[in-house]
Amino acid sequence: MSARKTTAGADVPPKMIGARIERREDFRLLTGRGKFLDDLEMPEDTCEAAFLRSPHGHARVLRIDTSAALDVPGVLGVFTGEDVRPMMKPLPAKVAHPDLQEIPRLPMALDAVHYVGEPVAVVIASSRYVAEDAVDLIDVDYEPLPAISSTAAALARNAPLVHEGARDNIAVHVTQRAGDPDAAFATAPHVLSETFTVVRSGGHSMECRAVAARFDSVTGQLVVWDSTQAPHYARNALSALYDMPEDDIRLIAPPDVGGGFGPKAQFYGEEAVIPWVAMQLRRPVKWIEDRRENFISAMMERTQTHRVQVAFDDDGKLIALKDVFEHDQGAYVAGLQVPMITLSTVPGQYKIPNIHTELYACFTNMVPTSSVRGAGRPQAVAAMERMMDRVAEYLRLDPAELRRRNLIQADEFPYKVGLMFRDGSPLTYDSGNYPELLRGTLERLGYDEWRARQAELRAQGRLIGVGIACYVEGCGLGPYEGAKARLTNSGEVLVTLAAAPQGQGYETVYAQIAADAMGLDMRYIKVTTGDTGRIPFGQGTFASRITATAGPAVLQACQQLRDRIFTTAAVMLKVEGENFVFRGDRVTLPDDESAGVTLRQITQVANVGKHGITLARGVPAGLETSSYFAPERAAYASGAHAAVVEVDPETGRTQILKYVIGHDCGTVINPLLVDGQVLGGFAAGIGNAMYEEQFYDASAQPLTTSYLDFSLPSAVEVPPVELFHVQSPSPLNPLGAKGAGEGGTIPAPATVANAVEDALRPLGARINEMPVTPPKIVGAITAARR
Amino acid sequence: MKPPRFAYHAPATVGEALELLGGYGDQSKVLAGGQSLIPVLSFRLSAPEHLIDINRLPGLGEFSRLPAGGWRIPALVRQRQAERSAALAESAPLLTEALAQVAHPQIRNRGTICGSLAHADSSAEMPAVMLALNARMTIASASGTRVVGADDFFLFHMTTAISPDELLLAVEFDDAAPRTYTSFTEFAPRKGDFCLAGVAATVTFGEDGTVADCRVAAAGVAATPLRLRPVEDLITGSALDADALTAAQRAARDAVNPPGDVHADAAYRRQLVSVLVRRALSAVKAKKESDDGA
Amino acid sequence: MEPDVLDGPDTTDRAGARVVSVIVNGERRGGLAPVRMTLADFVRHELGLTGTHLGCEHGVCGACTIILDGAAVRSCLLLAIQADGATIETVEGLAEGDELSPLQQAFHRNHALQCGFCTGGFLMSITAALRDGPVTADDEAREVLSGNICRCTGYAGMVRAVRETSDEIYGADRNGERG
Repeated sequence: MSARKTTAGADVPPKMIGARIERREDFRLLTGRGKFLDDLEMPEDTCEAAFLRSPHGHARVLRIDTSAALDVPGVLGVFTGEDVRPMMKPLPAKVAHPDLQEIPRLPMALDAVHYVGEPVAVVIASSRYVAEDAVDLIDVDYEPLPAISSTAAALARNAPLVHEGARDNIAVHVTQRAGDPDAAFATAPHVLSETFTVVRSGGHSMECRAVAARFDSVTGQLVVWDSTQAPHYARNALSALYDMPEDDIRLIAPPDVGGGFGPKAQFYGEEAVIPWVAMQLRRPVKWIEDRRENFISAMMERTQTHRVQVAFDDDGKLIALKDVFEHDQGAYVAGLQVPMITLSTVPGQYKIPNIHTELYACFTNMVPTSSVRGAGRPQAVAAMERMMDRVAEYLRLDPAELRRRNLIQADEFPYKVGLMFRDGSPLTYDSGNYPELLRGTLERLGYDEWRARQAELRAQGRLIGVGIACYVEGCGLGPYEGAKARLTNSGEVLVTLAAAPQGQGYETVYAQIAADAMGLDMRYIKVTTGDTGRIPFGQGTFASRITATAGPAVLQACQQLRDRIFTTAAVMLKVEGENFVFRGDRVTLPDDESAGVTLRQITQVANVGKHGITLARGVPAGLETSSYFAPERAAYASGAHAAVVEVDPETGRTQILKYVIGHDCGTVINPLLVDGQVLGGFAAGIGNAMYEEQFYDASAQPLTTSYLDFSLPSAVEVPPVELFHVQSPSPLNPLGAKGAGEGGTIPAPATVANAVEDALRPLGARINEMPVTPPKIVGAITAARR
Repeated sequence: MKPPRFAYHAPATVGEALELLGGYGDQSKVLAGGQSLIPVLSFRLSAPEHLIDINRLPGLGEFSRLPAGGWRIPALVRQRQAERSAALAESAPLLTEALAQVAHPQIRNRGTICGSLAHADSSAEMPAVMLALNARMTIASASGTRVVGADDFFLFHMTTAISPDELLLAVEFDDAAPRTYTSFTEFAPRKGDFCLAGVAATVTFGEDGTVADCRVAAAGVAATPLRLRPVEDLITGSALDADALTAAQRAARDAVNPPGDVHADAAYRRQLVSVLVRRALSAVKAKKESDDGA
Repeated sequence: MEPDVLDGPDTTDRAGARVVSVIVNGERRGGLAPVRMTLADFVRHELGLTGTHLGCEHGVCGACTIILDGAAVRSCLLLAIQADGATIETVEGLAEGDELSPLQQAFHRNHALQCGFCTGGFLMSITAALRDGPVTADDEAREVLSGNICRCTGYAGMVRAVRETSDEIYGADRNGERG
């Protein structure tokens, strides 16, 4: 995108929003100079930590003997839950509910352990190698107790309790209704019922979790480096746990964080223990999680079982929807967001006058569940979209046509669904064009041609299937997000975000937004992120929220900064301040560029000043602004996926022949980066659809604990995708932006499952479980034969 | 995931290596490619007191022809090295075809063929291939050298005839007889993963176009690579026509009693291996017909 | 028989360490490595080359891939002492000063990286593969990429980067087409 030149010669800054700008972050990442936490040059005396973790799903801890561990040369300390008592307060749930059965989640185990992987003790030593040696020597007496390894087991009559002394194994039971579903089901012409089970897994960012901390006893200040998605959330948690003023704790997400995807947006016991231990030992301490720990103790999503009923008429118009589902919450509620999102996502893009969604969030003796890219929406979409295909089959209606008949139309926004969203506001879709998304997706797929070919190929004995899934995604969540903008003493605009990136390109994208807000060339703008010491308030990068919240905050902060700069320039140039523009690094008038002041000159006057001399009248002192954008409610991105697959019935191998994604995230700020998010999300979706399943046995022992047992999709497993955009700007923020991080993931399991079942339709095989794997396909075919 | 402590030895001659093994025996592990051993150490699944690194031993790094025809592949031949050999591809295409399925090139650059045999994971490619090639393993100790045939080499999960004080020096196999065709096929969740089942087949046809001799070995369906003798018996004397292939598939089903695990239930593995047997034999037939037509 | 280096239970890691000499990115370097230290940890902490990352420490994710004596290997599956005397190439050696290599430029152009954690391993795997010969089709490119895992990008940009770099090194195929 080239700048337009004026007749005076100086460059007019090009429009940045919507421009395909290559990333500033790339140079350091391509040349091995990234600054991930374990790459940072920590002080010489930094020691390393290793955790002892529970080998049992459920057990009492009778005795811990750390004496042999303490004797290992190079060990500086061994801490159990008892040893860190002063800071052992319950970690509050990130998203809670008034009816939640509260079970305290402590930073480390004390008298009992409730999942394999729960931290029991930590060793601090001269190296990770030595720390692990010492961990092996800690002797613990456990008394194993019965463990719950599934929601069915949790809900069974007389089930053993996950937590001794709890009322039962239900963390929360929530129902949401719209209309009168009972009456609707009683009178509807047709009702179909089905049960779908969706298993998701961990985020598996390539960088595992990591925390390092250094305490300065002179200033009483703690600096914590944390490979986190939510620096302020973590800082606030530490402040509460340690009874330390928030300003005495500086929490920094390193400039580079190797992927987040949800698990790093939670707050873990390890994040509380490591800085505490650093303060006790008066030595910097670093904990770098290894992949085995990540498999068993990083939060993940697991199993939901949906019992779905739909009522509809002869034309396939949906009359009522009922979905009662069980959600595996794990041993503690670190946050209820995943099942609460599922609860309100099920209706999707359809007009459904009567809705009943009901959640049983169950305690189990497995690692707590929390968001992973998609965050409960893939499960909801799977339930609804699988059901739509079953309705279509029942009525002998084309699945695309059935959807068309039920979609919310483009002129029906804002659309009130009738339920509540997890942010506490009535579920209202702000904007969208669902018929256009579906139409465009099916056109690019070649839907009609593939249906014709499907018939021909079936006659030859080949199993070809077509699958569709539509979805909505609540994003851009509040309560707020913030940005500061300052003209630095060197004449550069510094934009400070509270949010921390993990590859989304904030250093580039927010410079683009700032550039447009100010009308200033991007090269004079720098962006810094994720440091609680630089900006006091923030929420974090999750739920595809940052573009829609930090974006407007940056826009507003920079517009205000521009105004202050121009006010200063007006005084300096002795001109009535209107119509100023930036040309390069100068402030000048658009039709007379002979008179102007540079940013450096402006900062000298307004920021630096002349010591002891009165500031010129009209100059605002200190060119810094801040803005916190609080959205009125969640914005709604949407999309439609469609796939053609071929299934080999003998082996169950599924090949994706074609895949199309239609995506609507409102205004697209940087197409290069947005496409990257959608396609990256799609790869995760393929993992969920076909490969990723973490298994536990009946005693809640994890059975898949390494990449030798658990497959992430490589470039061979991820098919090429045709991606197109529809842009329905959101009226809820000045950029019109929605979220783009999860749309590639959300409907993928439903799309693939729909396509596979469609392929198997001649054999009558049913796909009720996701991920769809070769053994499950062969099992479904065998079951259909009986 | 850091390895535990061990005493490290890097012998300079085979003799030294064998003396070390004689001395430390079951307190030691041999380090060759390390692609299986180092993860075991990093997971601390095993904590041998002594690691005997054989990578500096001379004379074990090149494969060579046997005087009577055939190949000798010593302990330090890397999988990728063998994979790239045009001579091996021409002479022992079963091996070359299977090597391309082993993990990824980055692993094959270090992993050794003999190492895979000594590690004896029944889902791996090399054990099934060497069983199909009727290979001979040369095993050495401080007291001498012995040869064990592939049929007697694989004993149980990760367990071979190699004693703790012994070293697998080389694997040898003879050239295939004329009119021999081979096929290796496996099914894995992703390419490069351990297979859910695999088949290595070598079939020698007589002048009359019927099967004179054959060996069919399966990976991933038992505690060791498994010769499917009922399949071999059934197809011998046949022309590998459609009926024979169907019968072979059925025979394969009955010849195995595979384990079930989180990756696949027993019924699936049973079906899978029988389908792979049919496909492997079908590929063999196609190669023969292609040659006949040429 | 005395072992070469005793690293028994009475010593801390430093005491059992041994000098390892390598040529890394064209420069002769050395460091101390306890016998059990992996080559990945040696490269990162003794040589200070932190562009090589640890994603799994069991040889599957590929983030630790470097080139050792001309072959792409998982540095987490080698002991540092095994590399004594070897020639090593890491991601830090790909650029000439500030001038990115054709592959690095292609990654940048095609947005083939997001968080960047896996990038060093991919660049080394691809560099080794392209030394072997051209990559003239998209599914061939995907095979080249299949030994490394990325969780951010979905690989689409990497496929283009591999194809473009191959074309630049070897020339596009006769029809000028991308398969």
